[in-house]
Amino acid sequence: MGEAPRRIRTYHEVEEADRSQLRSQITAQRDRVTERLSSVRHVVGVMSGKGGVGKSFVTAGLATALARRGRRVGVLDGDLHGPTAARMLAAGKGRLEVHADGVVPAAGSLGVAVMSSDLLLSEGAPLRWREPGHDRFVWRGALEAGMLREFLGDVAWGVLDLLLVDLPPGTDRLDALVELVPRLSGVVVVTIPSEASFRAVRRAVQAARASHVPVLGVVENMAGYRCEHCRNEGSLFQGGAGERLAREAGAPLLSRIAFLPEVQAAVDGGAAPAAADALAPAAEALLALLEAA
Amino acid sequence: MKFLCVDCDRQMGFAERALPGDGTLAAVFTCPTCGRAVAMLTNPMETQLVASLGIQIGGRTVPEQPFERTRSTLQGGRDDAFADPVPTGGKSPRWATAAAERLERVPSFVRGMVKRIYTDYAAEHGIEVVTPEVMDQARRELGLEGM
Repeated sequence: MGEAPRRIRTYHEVEEADRSQLRSQITAQRDRVTERLSSVRHVVGVMSGKGGVGKSFVTAGLATALARRGRRVGVLDGDLHGPTAARMLAAGKGRLEVHADGVVPAAGSLGVAVMSSDLLLSEGAPLRWREPGHDRFVWRGALEAGMLREFLGDVAWGVLDLLLVDLPPGTDRLDALVELVPRLSGVVVVTIPSEASFRAVRRAVQAARASHVPVLGVVENMAGYRCEHCRNEGSLFQGGAGERLAREAGAPLLSRIAFLPEVQAAVDGGAAPAAADALAPAAEALLALLEAA
Repeated sequence: MKFLCVDCDRQMGFAERALPGDGTLAAVFTCPTCGRAVAMLTNPMETQLVASLGIQIGGRTVPEQPFERTRSTLQGGRDDAFADPVPTGGKSPRWATAAAERLERVPSFVRGMVKRIYTDYAAEHGIEVVTPEVMDQARRELGLEGM
């Protein structure tokens, strides 16, 4: 007869003091985000499954339209690789003040608080990390999620009525946002009228549904073209993606916005309030939805 | 991950951390009963993955700084991105020339944060002048190898 097999305790049975405290470090990171956002009434993502539909334009327009109504608004540029929000909102590239309790966000148009990777990176520098040169794809997602976490939890957002998170094309970052902000109020989905956009943005709607994130509404951008000279409108794209997506998502079509070259140029040049008029109806509707929730 | 001393049936405690080279992270654990020591060696990929999550093996030695992970890992950061708080009051230690020169070699994107950590360390230990030796000591004790 051999000796009885040695019984080794399980991971959960071994509970002596552990200086590493890995679990508590992760919990502390989450708690920091939760605590920071406790003074933010609503966190809303602005998303699209497709690039080039004017998502950041819509974000900047919603933010300035609401700020014009006296609401305290912040914009977190979640498009870490292609940040545009800081420029659109004229958030200068002054130094970001670091205090013991957080980084003070940049002040954008009409007092909108802004945080963006554009404020951190040298002009034209791509988003890259100090990391070993191999297998970058393995940890890049973790590093980017970490940056999003720090933008949420380490920025001294203060008291806000609404924090808009401008999400990049695709659906990956939504998952990270939902993990970090379980009480996300919902998402605004941006599309253009075309069939191609409908098909791509539909996936974003499905992703939001799968993550149990309410689709608050749909904004159809570039819904026609208004001549800056004669003011006549013509169509730019065939299709009615906005209405179809709204119907499918069971959410209102918040607004259909015509493409106005002069407004687009102004916003691209850092004059986001130029978009406030175009987005005012959508902002009103969004506000009503949030306040009714 | 936990380590159990099988003979003593005691959980081994974290003792020290080291970066011996080639991206390896060594975390030494000892048994509180018999004193046996084992080193957990992570490969570069595991080391990077843990670092990417903003986790410090061995536990945090200084409070997490705002944007700590971003500032210590981002490449191409603007030199003038941040205005870090300047230590005030009579207790703030002086910086020896050699230490100041060494600090100047830290990328300016993260320099202010690193300076603050060393300054706080010196102040907490009653050190009046930050020298390269003090910086080395702080790096070892605070586990700032990757910073």
